[in-house]
Amino acid sequence: MNNDTKPPEVLRQKFDKIIEVKNVTKIFDDVTVVDDVNLSVRRGEFITLLGPSGCGKTTLLRMIAGFETPTNGRIFLEGQDVTDLPPHKRNINTVFQKYALFPHLNVFKNVAFGLKLKNIPDGYKTDKNGGFKLDKNGEKIPLTRKFTKGEIEEKVARALKLVGLDAYGHRDVTSLSGGQQQRVAIARALVCEPKVLLLDEPLGALDLKMRKDMQIELMDMHSRLGITFVYVTHDQEEALTMSNNVVVIKDGVIQQYGSPKKIYDEPSNAFVASFIGESNIISATMKSDFNVNFCGVDFKCLDKGFAKNESVDLVVRPEDIIIKKAGGKGALSGVVTQCIFKGTYYEMNVLANGYEFTVQNTAEHKTGSEVTLDVEPDGIHIMKKQRTVNEYVTEVDGENTVALFGGSFEFVNNLGFAKGDKVVARIAFDKVELTDDESDGTVGGNIAQTLYKGSYYQVQVYTDDDDDIFVDTADEWDTDDRVGIVVAPEAISVERFVEETESDSAEGEEDNG
Amino acid sequence: MAKLKGFRLKRSYFSFPYAVLSALFVILPLLITAFYAFTRNGHFSFDNFVKFFTTPNTLKVLLFSLGMAALVTLICLVLAYPLAMMLADSKINRSAVTVMLFIMPMWINSLLRTYAIKNVFQLIGMTNAYVAVIIGLVYDFFPFMLLPLYSILSGMDKSYIEAAGDLGSGAVHTFFKVRLPLSVPGIMSGILMVFMPTVSTFAISEILGDTSTYMFGNIINDWFTASGGSGWNIGSAYSLILLALIAVTMLIANKATGGKASATGNARVGGGIL
Repeated sequence: MNNDTKPPEVLRQKFDKIIEVKNVTKIFDDVTVVDDVNLSVRRGEFITLLGPSGCGKTTLLRMIAGFETPTNGRIFLEGQDVTDLPPHKRNINTVFQKYALFPHLNVFKNVAFGLKLKNIPDGYKTDKNGGFKLDKNGEKIPLTRKFTKGEIEEKVARALKLVGLDAYGHRDVTSLSGGQQQRVAIARALVCEPKVLLLDEPLGALDLKMRKDMQIELMDMHSRLGITFVYVTHDQEEALTMSNNVVVIKDGVIQQYGSPKKIYDEPSNAFVASFIGESNIISATMKSDFNVNFCGVDFKCLDKGFAKNESVDLVVRPEDIIIKKAGGKGALSGVVTQCIFKGTYYEMNVLANGYEFTVQNTAEHKTGSEVTLDVEPDGIHIMKKQRTVNEYVTEVDGENTVALFGGSFEFVNNLGFAKGDKVVARIAFDKVELTDDESDGTVGGNIAQTLYKGSYYQVQVYTDDDDDIFVDTADEWDTDDRVGIVVAPEAISVERFVEETESDSAEGEEDNG
Repeated sequence: MAKLKGFRLKRSYFSFPYAVLSALFVILPLLITAFYAFTRNGHFSFDNFVKFFTTPNTLKVLLFSLGMAALVTLICLVLAYPLAMMLADSKINRSAVTVMLFIMPMWINSLLRTYAIKNVFQLIGMTNAYVAVIIGLVYDFFPFMLLPLYSILSGMDKSYIEAAGDLGSGAVHTFFKVRLPLSVPGIMSGILMVFMPTVSTFAISEILGDTSTYMFGNIINDWFTASGGSGWNIGSAYSLILLALIAVTMLIANKATGGKASATGNARVGGGIL
C-alpha cells in the first residue's frame, strides 16, 4: 500500500516472512531472559508464544514492539532491520496486558490517538506546470498528509463497531468494564492498520466466559482483517485453540515450534509434553527401531533413529490408553486407584507394574477394579531425553572436594586429583538428595519444575549459583520451594576434563517424531 | 464493673483526641482571630476591613504578594518538573538517595537557610532586592514542588508512555499529550504547596529584601508587632482576608482539576487542608 510500483504479489513473496528474529538474546542484570532465539513469522499468521510465567515470552514480544533492545541479535520487519528503531517508527501495534488506555481521554480519543499521528501518502510533489517534480535520481517525490477530522471519525466509528462498542465513543474509559476496556484497547491498535498486531496476554484479566468469547472474536478478527497476530499467553488451551502455530518457550529458549496439533501429538521433549495438556511421561528404553520397552513390557511404536537401548522419555496421552476389564487381552494389568467423573469422560488413575497412569475414557471403571491397559503404536510418542546425567565442568577445590553449584562437595578422590585440576563431575539423577530444610544441604536451590514419571518425580532444581540439577525422587516437591542439596561422596564421579570440539549445540532442538 | 458492661469500643472514639486537638489549636484560634477582626476597642465593628479597602498601599502590597507568589510558583514548577522526570526515570536515577538529597533542605530550619543565603548574597555582592527575595523563596519552597511531582511521575504506569509510543507518538508529543495531562494532579498540589505559603510569608522578604519587596505577610506582621492601638484587630482582619483568598484559590483549583484528578485515582488537590 505504500509502494505501488510493484504488484502486491511480488512484495508478498519477497517478504513472506513478515517478522524475523535472528539470534536474539536479552540479558537483564546478568540474568539471561531470552537466549539466542531464532524465529520467523509468516505474513497473515496467528502465532502464539506460549510458556510459563518468567520464560521470556513477553520480553521477546517487547523486543519485537521496540520497548526493549536486544542485548544481541537482530530483528527484521519485512526484511528491514528494525532492531534500533523506536516503537513509534515501527508499523506494529500492541494490545497491552493491562490495556494501558489513557485515563484522561474518552473512548473516542483513545482510539483516535494513533490515527491523528499517522502520515498517509498523498500523491507526489508537482511543479508549476502541473508535472511531477523529480528528485536527483529521477524519482517522483511522495507527499504525505494527516487524516482529516471526518476520516478519523469514520475510521474510529468503524473500529468501535468491529469490537462491538458502537455507542461508547463519548464514554470515559474508567467507566468501562474489563472486557469493554479490552475491546477499546484492541480497537485502538487495529484502527492504525498495523502490519503486525502484538497481543500480550490480552485476556488474562477477564473471567472464563468472557475469555472464551473474546478468543473466538479475536480469531474472527484475525481471519477477516488478514493482519499478522503475535499472541503471548501462558494458557496452553488458549494457544492451541487460537493459533496457526505455537512457539513453546522455557527459560528463554524455544522448546518447540509447530502447529497446535503437532505440538500436542508430537511434543519434542518432556517439558512440552507436560506443559501442553495432560500426559503420562515415563522413562523408557528403545530396544530397536519401532520397539520400545516401558513398565517391563515391550510396545510397538512409530519412532526410529535412536541408539539401541537408548534411554528415552515417552509420552502417552490419557485418551490414548485403551482400558478394559481384567480378563481380556492387554499389555499391562493394573488396579484403578481413583476414578473421577469429568462431564464427558471419566478420568482414572491406574497403578500397573509400579507405574501410575492417568487414563481418560467414556466408560467407567470403579476404584479398586482390576483392568488391563494397552496403547496403540500411534498413541506412543518417543522423545530424546534432555539430559541423562547431571554433568558439570568444574575444578577440584580441595584435597577431596570439588566445586559445584557455588559450594564444595566431597568426592572419593581415588585418581589423585590435585587442587585446581579441571574436571568433569557427573551425578546420576537418583543419587541427589533434597532436604526440606535448606540449611541441611551443602547448597540451596529452588524447585523449578516437577514432572511425574509414572513411578517417581523428576525434579529440576535451580541452584543459587544459576546451575540446574535434575533429581529423581519419590517425593513430590512444590515449584518454587526452597530446598537443600546433598550428594554422597561416592555418588559423584569425577573425570579429568579433556578439551573437545563437540558440535552438539542444544539450540532449537529439532523434534524427532 | 457493672457500669462498663454496656460500654463498647467504637471506632469513632479514636477520633476524640483529634477533635479536641483541632478544637484547641484550629477552631479556637480562628474564632479568636475573627473576634479581633470584627471588633474595635471591644465593640463590634467593620472598621478593620474598611481600613484594608481604604488604604491603597495595602491593596498594592497584596497584589504584589500575589504576583510574587505566582512568579515563584512558576519558577519552581519549571525547575522541578524536568528534575522530577529525571528522578522518576529508573534508567537515569538508580537510587532513592538522590531524591533525598533534593528533599533534605526541608529538614533544616527555613530561617537558618534564609540567613545563610543572605550571607552568600553579600559575599557575591548581589544587591537587587527583588532578585534576592525571589531566589530566597524559590530556594525555600522548591522541595514542596518537587515532592508531589516526583511522587506522581514515579507512580505513573510506564505502559501509558509505551502505549503512546506504540501508537506512533514521538517523545515530545507523548510528553504533551500523555505525561503532562496525567501529572496534572501532582502539578496542582505542587502549585498550592508553594503558592499558599509564599503569599503569606514575611520572614524571607524581611531578611533578604528591603521596603520595595514589602509583602502582605510583612504588613500583617507589622500590625501585630505595632505597640498599642488596634494593631491586633487590623492584623486579624488582614489575616482573614488572606485566608479567604487562599480558600477561593483552592476551590478554583479543585474545580479545575476535579475531573482529571479523580480519573487517575488521585485524591483531590489540597482537599484536606481546608
